[in-house]
Amino acid sequence: MLRPQHLARRSAIILASLSLSPLPAFAADSADLQTIRQEFDSLRTQLRQDYENRIADLEQRLKAAEAAVAVARETPGKPAAETAPAKPGSRGNAFNPEIGMVLSGTYANLKRNPEDYRITGFVPGGEIGPGARGFSLGESELMLSANVDQLFYGNLTLAVSPENEVSAEEAFIQTTSLPQGARIKAGRFFSGIGYVNGQHAHTWDFVDSPLVYQAFLGGQYAQDGIQASWIAPTQTFVELGAEAGRGANFPGNTRQNNKPGAQALFAHVGGDVGVSHSWRAGLSWLRHAVQDRSQTDTDLAGSAVDSLFTGRSQLWAADFVWKWAPNGNGERQNLKLQGEYFRRKETGQFAFDTANANLQDAYRASQSGWYLQSVFQFMPAWRIGARYDRLNSGTVDYASNGDFLANPRTRPSKTSVMVDWSPSEFSRLRLQLARDKSREDRADQQIFLQYQMSLGAHGAHSY
Amino acid sequence: MIHYLIRGLLCAGLFCALSPAQAALRVVACEPEWAALTQELAGDKATVYAATTAQQDPHHIQARPSLIAAVRNADLLVCTGAELETGWLPVLLRQAGNAKVQPGQPGNFEAANHVTRLEIPERLDRADGDVHAAGNPHIQTDPRNIARVAEALAARLAQIDPAEASGYQARLQDFSARWQSAIQRWTQQAAPLRGQRIVVQHKAYPYLENWLGLIQVAALEPKPGVEPTSAHLAIVLGQIKARPVRMILRSAYNDGRGADWLSAQAGVPVAVLPFTVGGSPRAKDLFGLFDDTVAVLLKGLQ
Repeated sequence: MLRPQHLARRSAIILASLSLSPLPAFAADSADLQTIRQEFDSLRTQLRQDYENRIADLEQRLKAAEAAVAVARETPGKPAAETAPAKPGSRGNAFNPEIGMVLSGTYANLKRNPEDYRITGFVPGGEIGPGARGFSLGESELMLSANVDQLFYGNLTLAVSPENEVSAEEAFIQTTSLPQGARIKAGRFFSGIGYVNGQHAHTWDFVDSPLVYQAFLGGQYAQDGIQASWIAPTQTFVELGAEAGRGANFPGNTRQNNKPGAQALFAHVGGDVGVSHSWRAGLSWLRHAVQDRSQTDTDLAGSAVDSLFTGRSQLWAADFVWKWAPNGNGERQNLKLQGEYFRRKETGQFAFDTANANLQDAYRASQSGWYLQSVFQFMPAWRIGARYDRLNSGTVDYASNGDFLANPRTRPSKTSVMVDWSPSEFSRLRLQLARDKSREDRADQQIFLQYQMSLGAHGAHSY
Repeated sequence: MIHYLIRGLLCAGLFCALSPAQAALRVVACEPEWAALTQELAGDKATVYAATTAQQDPHHIQARPSLIAAVRNADLLVCTGAELETGWLPVLLRQAGNAKVQPGQPGNFEAANHVTRLEIPERLDRADGDVHAAGNPHIQTDPRNIARVAEALAARLAQIDPAEASGYQARLQDFSARWQSAIQRWTQQAAPLRGQRIVVQHKAYPYLENWLGLIQVAALEPKPGVEPTSAHLAIVLGQIKARPVRMILRSAYNDGRGADWLSAQAGVPVAVLPFTVGGSPRAKDLFGLFDDTVAVLLKGLQ
């Protein structure tokens, strides 16, 4: 039914073209005439081709629409195919950032009172321990992100604690258009050291972070500062990065200084082995200049004393993760194996019992720890996992202050197993059992039940 | 693994940086069908890396280090778009530090922008499963869509590699001619499929149904992206016992247990579609993909 119009329009175009063509030809010499003829011919062919393409396209679309209508007619109740292209909204909120939300909650049954939680032989810092007994709200997160302009991307993650405190977990900007695989990030961000450190709590495979993170980084290390990273132009993934930051978080502390309190370097390498295996390995280094970091110790008489440490804290970390999914399709089954090794050296001055004696002397400590964990999805939606954590209190040398302080050599450990169920990629319910031997004297039996849900725009997950 | 580690570290040091820059256009295709199409249009002017295989579910891909490295080095990214890759591509783009292939740049090509999309949802609610606001993204199951994407892709190749523009245009014309005659052949062969009732595992075939006039009456997934449950399979079984269907459609990457169970219970054959290039031994390229798709569907009718 398009045919008559088709012919009519085509004739109109040709007539119009012919009526125009003699005008320039009249004044031109024969060579020009030939060129113009050629141009005219090619123009005519092109027009015809264009026109035929368009007609063919229209015919196809008409057929498609007819088929869709036919299908809709044959299946009452099914809405007709929607064919209007999606248009971006023109309301005032069209440029609003992406908003995502994480809701989580825990029930914990702990044999020992979490208030006396400590890791014997390690200086406490940050947020550590298994959390409160009984029901408690987990951290609720609100994530906002968008491109700022043609150069920058911005991200804010607000964490609302069960105690109704709001904190900026991450608030950073990042370049999007630097050449040669380079990126710069500034603000507050999870440091690139280690493997788990960069991940938000709702993506962890266990309720809590590994013991090495609790002992050496106070749970998770966020940097207030700047990060530069670079991806090498190679087939194998190679990433190099450097950070400078305020260093106010454990193992650093708040200080007034124009120089950055913390520096970090990290390198990651990764790739695939066949289509079913992939891996990533990394090395990192984190250095803090620490000034008057306070800690509470128990002296040999059994009373609590406050002390201060000033000096340098250095952390080395090695991490790897290996993932398996048959044919790279993890829908039904997949396996993840990961491990990290941390070693921290602190050297400087130690002021013992600042309230009374205030005895100053040298301090030198070298401590380490590691964990190994594996998570196996054995059928769609169901995963089981196990983790073993172990720390070594190593050598702690208080010099002359060692006369007053207990200095036990400890090897705290923790064994956790978990099973979780994810009815969709946005929700997860988890049961975790753990035997925690962080305290030297007696083990803690822990049972956790947890839910974790993501709502709204939910950013894709890193490897 | 250690071997790879050592190679990686050496690369980081010096050696890989010294390897000569490649003259050919480096293209990363998110799905195998776009890798095949790019190869058709660019020939030896491009090296094409397919980020996924036909055995993988393009909704759920790990943002693996190897993919970050590939996107880092790409001159052009050819993806489906329409939120198909929303679970992994944004991370790759953010971590790869490659300005050329960011959304909105000429180096970022989204095929779904160049076809008429179906099943654009009227309401957006995650209670409806993994729905895509931009419409159903599985556009490659209709060869007429491939033809439209081919034209847009050839123009894009010419835009970012103007020196070879005439080559891309010539290859497009050659491909289009062969493709149009193949579409005619497939459409004729598939004529008996018009008006046949089918059940699908995932709602992955509206474009195929639209092209061939198949009528989808149920899906094995209770909600898009949610694995079939036994309760839902029982409902579908009741439905198709009341009003029979001719076959059950699933893609090569789907877990086949639900479809097989239903097939045994209802006595209806399962048609395993290659879904994309590489999804079956015959689907070696785009032509093989549709040769096999039509053959598998016709076999299901017998």
